[in-house]
Amino acid sequence: MADPLVGLVLLPLGWATLAFVLGPGRGAWAALAGIAAQAWLAWLLAAQVGAGGTARHAVGGWGAPLGIDLAADGLSAALLLLTQWLALGVALYARSYFAAGDPARRYFWPLAGFLLAGLNALFVANDLFNLYVTLELVGLAAVGLVAAAGGERQIAAALRYLFAALAGSGLYLFGVALVYGVYGTVSIATLAPLITPEAPRLVWIAGGLMALGLVVKSALFPFHFWLPPAHGGAPAPVSALLSALVVKASFYLLLRLWLGPFAPLAPAAAWLPALLGAAAIFWGSWRAIRAERLKPLIAWSTVAQLGYLFLIFPLLAVPAAFGAGVMQVFAHALAKAALFAAAGVFIQATGQDTVAGLAGAAARLPVTLFAIGLAGMTLAGLPPSAGFLAKWQLIEAALALGHWPIAVVALAGGLMAAVYVFRVLRQAFCLAPAGAPVAAVPRALEWTAFALAAASVLLGFFGVDLMTLIEVRA
Amino acid sequence: MTSGLLFALVGVALFALGLAGLVLIGDVLRRILAFNLMGSGAFLVLVGLAQRNGVPDAVPQAMVLTGIVVAVAATALALALARRLDAQREGALPEDEDG
Repeated sequence: MADPLVGLVLLPLGWATLAFVLGPGRGAWAALAGIAAQAWLAWLLAAQVGAGGTARHAVGGWGAPLGIDLAADGLSAALLLLTQWLALGVALYARSYFAAGDPARRYFWPLAGFLLAGLNALFVANDLFNLYVTLELVGLAAVGLVAAAGGERQIAAALRYLFAALAGSGLYLFGVALVYGVYGTVSIATLAPLITPEAPRLVWIAGGLMALGLVVKSALFPFHFWLPPAHGGAPAPVSALLSALVVKASFYLLLRLWLGPFAPLAPAAAWLPALLGAAAIFWGSWRAIRAERLKPLIAWSTVAQLGYLFLIFPLLAVPAAFGAGVMQVFAHALAKAALFAAAGVFIQATGQDTVAGLAGAAARLPVTLFAIGLAGMTLAGLPPSAGFLAKWQLIEAALALGHWPIAVVALAGGLMAAVYVFRVLRQAFCLAPAGAPVAAVPRALEWTAFALAAASVLLGFFGVDLMTLIEVRA
Repeated sequence: MTSGLLFALVGVALFALGLAGLVLIGDVLRRILAFNLMGSGAFLVLVGLAQRNGVPDAVPQAMVLTGIVVAVAATALALALARRLDAQREGALPEDEDG
């Protein structure tokens, strides 16, 4: 376990298996201890990468090209850090959230563990085929988590999600097969010097198919159809994990390939993701503004916020654009986990999931409402939140290259986010109808939601440290 | 045309058929089969294209084995979900039959 790279993949596998053996609903303590250890390892790794460049580990002593290499540069280390710390918050929340008889609790801990193992393995994987395997691990665990609640609606949403995920990873695998057929290798480091703008047409097709598959898995408009039912229907801790982390995994991979081996081909297609991203911002925000129920509102907001990630592709010539993308990943992950956690508090307190049912929340659950306010600040991009930094860098990059429509889209999207956040806040300050029952909610739930939201704002003060870390390249 | 290329072309056709099925068909069981067809297509391309001077390459074969394991796991999950969905729609099985 001396090597953080190995520990980050093995630890979650270990406690997930332990939780599964212990039986349905048990193993929360093993999970919390494991995630705490992972958080510490991720911290060590980030310090190591920040100080001395990339970290590398040859699995079983067999290095590439014969064996499998795990490697982490600044981007991997940053995302590992985000994943473990966010998972720690969500795990603390989930331990209080699931009551003893809740059917969704039965397999939550093992599936969450396998999900984290898949995510961590994805962030340190170093060749196209291992990335495919980890992508599938993440997808299967995520589908299991959606289905674990067991209602008809959730299972239908899980199946829909599964088919979308399988189509996406199938397209990606087909692209990998073509790349191997042309170059005889799947190692990202070996491929990087081989792919040039004069590459055979097969490589262009392969790159296109891989990008399409990853875009389907990242739920970019118009492939977002599976996201709102899956994220809006799952239990609150599951929605938090999925919206915060899982959709970011495929975006991370797309960004890594776009900037790495496929960089010579990428500029040809840079405007397509940006156009779809802009469409996602408008359509997702509009649906969030119109949503009747709270969790679908948050899920549609995820569709919109993912759009920002894709606005950066035409701007990648400027370093600020890369920083904007990573900052948006962090800001949205923390804010969205906080929002779903807060929504879970309201559902437990009032027994309903409607925006109208929030009336009176300001007086009864002030901490949770404050969490929604802070997370909303990040989504709308108000200073000093991390969301503000992301939008600032994005607009700066857009204006530096003279692509002002992107800046306009970013500003309009922030305004629309403010509309749906204020819709929720306004309703919460209305007077509650007399006699509406409010159940007691564990305080741990309220405070974890608050901590996640506060982190999304406070991260704005540590933007420079994060930007320095992600500048460490292989 | 070498036999490797023939395999790869058949793989492309299978992949396209499978993808079309996955996207266009409504029936769950047939979609699961379509996904398997799609996977097989990708595997055939992987093995077929990677012939160096008529000598088969061992690395993609190892990859295909891994890919088959993944596909079996995904198929099992999809079948379990489809069965549970069916049971819930008909109300035949109680929700916690294996709990």
